[in-house]
Amino acid sequence: MAEYQNIFTRVQVTAPPYPGVPLPNDGSIGGREGKGFLQHLVGKFGDAQIGPIYLGWTGVTSILFGFIAFEIIGLNMLASVGWNWIEFVRQLPWLALEPPPPSYGLSFPPLNQGGWWLIAGFFLTASVLLWWLRTYQRAKAHGMGPHIAWAFGAAIWLYLVLGFFRPILMGSWGEAVPFGIFPHLDWTAAFSIRYGNLFYNPFHMLSIAFLYGATLLFAMHAATILAVSRYGGERELEQIVDRGTASERAALFWRWTMGFNATMESVHRWAWWFAILCPITGGIGILLTGTVVDNWYLWGIKHHIVAAYPQVWAAPTVDPTTLPGAAP
Amino acid sequence: MRTTASSLKVAAALVLATLVTAGCERPPIDEVQSGYRGTAMVQVYNPRVLAEQATHNVVPAALPAAAEGGPLAGTIYQNVQVLGGLSIGEFTRTMTAITAWVVPKDAAAAEAGCNYCHVGANFADDSKYTKVVARKMLQMTQKINADWKPHVQATGVTCYTCHRGKPVPEYVWFKDVDNTAAGGLGNRAGQNRSTAAINGASLPSDPFTPFLLGAEPIRFTGATALPTGNRKSIKQAEWTFSLMTHMSQGLGVNCTYCHNSRAFNDWSQSPPQRTTAWYGIRMARSLNNDYMVPLTDVFPAHRKGALGDVAKLNCSTCHQGAYKPLYGASMLKDYVTALAAPIPPPAVAPPAEAVPAEGEAAPAPAAPAVTSSMSDAQVSKRQPG
Repeated sequence: MAEYQNIFTRVQVTAPPYPGVPLPNDGSIGGREGKGFLQHLVGKFGDAQIGPIYLGWTGVTSILFGFIAFEIIGLNMLASVGWNWIEFVRQLPWLALEPPPPSYGLSFPPLNQGGWWLIAGFFLTASVLLWWLRTYQRAKAHGMGPHIAWAFGAAIWLYLVLGFFRPILMGSWGEAVPFGIFPHLDWTAAFSIRYGNLFYNPFHMLSIAFLYGATLLFAMHAATILAVSRYGGERELEQIVDRGTASERAALFWRWTMGFNATMESVHRWAWWFAILCPITGGIGILLTGTVVDNWYLWGIKHHIVAAYPQVWAAPTVDPTTLPGAAP
Repeated sequence: MRTTASSLKVAAALVLATLVTAGCERPPIDEVQSGYRGTAMVQVYNPRVLAEQATHNVVPAALPAAAEGGPLAGTIYQNVQVLGGLSIGEFTRTMTAITAWVVPKDAAAAEAGCNYCHVGANFADDSKYTKVVARKMLQMTQKINADWKPHVQATGVTCYTCHRGKPVPEYVWFKDVDNTAAGGLGNRAGQNRSTAAINGASLPSDPFTPFLLGAEPIRFTGATALPTGNRKSIKQAEWTFSLMTHMSQGLGVNCTYCHNSRAFNDWSQSPPQRTTAWYGIRMARSLNNDYMVPLTDVFPAHRKGALGDVAKLNCSTCHQGAYKPLYGASMLKDYVTALAAPIPPPAVAPPAEAVPAEGEAAPAPAAPAVTSSMSDAQVSKRQPG
């Protein structure tokens, strides 16, 4: 039996491509395109079979709308460096399509004053929502649960809070995030500083706990399964219905080391909830920022979660604008 | 074949590792605690960067003290407007020092030494723009040392603080040229490019025009936990963030040099350096408006920015990456008489055309050749405040 002790899959079975299970409702294979083919390099990382693929109207329109958004953002970036491709490549991490200035509120501004940002945001949002619909419909069509769709929906929630719900509540598109690599990171830092330090936002705390918790669970689970793959542990479904030595050993390991173990089934519930609660709680925290809390640090003082430190300088520093005769 | 494939993999991995870590500095890095433990009040220094920087911050030896006594320069030389109250010995010593601090060593003969500012045949002549600028800069230096002690303390500044042997200080700024709002698309909104003065951030690339030339509000944080009318936007925060990034870059310090990062705006938790920096912002703004902008028409086009604006100063102009310019060494202490404060002019006027006048400026009517750009208004404005 092949062992999973390498970052690449070392043994690949070559067989005719498998078209997939028939759909439960009509027994057909439901609009899948192509017959599929095997690709050895892809098989190093995952399943060697590529396709058949199903796009449907949601997939096609999602890709189209996503492409439109991508083009609007890219062409604006290219125009911002004077249509110079070399500068475009060189400065790409710095470039962005910026939201409108706050002075425009929620009105539709001129194209080059954030209008392009609104249009790109519309197409990107439409694209993402259509892709969500696709994940939901494909899961239903295959008789699966909608877990993937709801997990994706959690990420979409955070995306919509940042670019749609919160700007509307604040009355200004200018509160939204720029489309750009470094610019959205600088925006994030400025956002936290503007609203008095997001670290004192309890939903931000929860989001971080779930983020780190999800990665920890992922690492624990993946490590456990890889460690018992020599006993067939990666066949998790079989181990769930008929617990074998892989499952027993994995469970015993965790009971030995921490007195408690998840089951082959429950560990996936843990992971799913930790993962989706990261953007859900994060989105709540963002939505409350500026709308119901203006300064999270002062909010933290009000609710006694800010530690007091001894004064280490000779005297407390005084705001010079409060001194007599000071100019602002 | 296998060997080739694995060498390719190794090469690809090396290229990838190089790309990923290209912006990193190798350890070890020094940390200096500057606040209460466990609060991240720490300054981070790269000793290799500091060692290199130290070579740019060597203080030149002071010239030997001038002989005591002697007549005042303003009673001997024509057109000495700013330093006329110095003794002739101290005056010559100051001129010699300025030459060493400012004039490039490799200047062509017509520009070398005294000739950089003076017309060789007539030192009183104001026809070289450099002389008019130098006069204004001397007034600026005296103003800083006399009236901006909350920022420069007793350390003070000299010409060398900014010039470091160069006619134009290495770190000056011009207004940002951004025409991208004019077209149909591609508006950068004043930001999103890598600019050295703000440490390569994609923040607004010219925070100087609004804050160090204009007096736009820098503060944006609300004073209450819940919203009570603070409508400052995230974009405004980005402009301030950019100015602060420049200060961090210009002084070679972290945010925590002046702030407790858990509450950037709270003065009561801030290190005392923040007060010094606060005055520094006001000083830079005042100097730009009172000394640099009035010189706009004096400078030739090649010394100006793309928008025709004069070179202006920011934190880097003096600090040049050090927490204190020249690590806090005072050069002023050796030139107190000339540079510590404006000097009252001598009561006695120089004899007309007695001696070929050397150096400093004089009341406009007495000047043989005041450039047209040095208007009466500017002369009368030379001691503002």
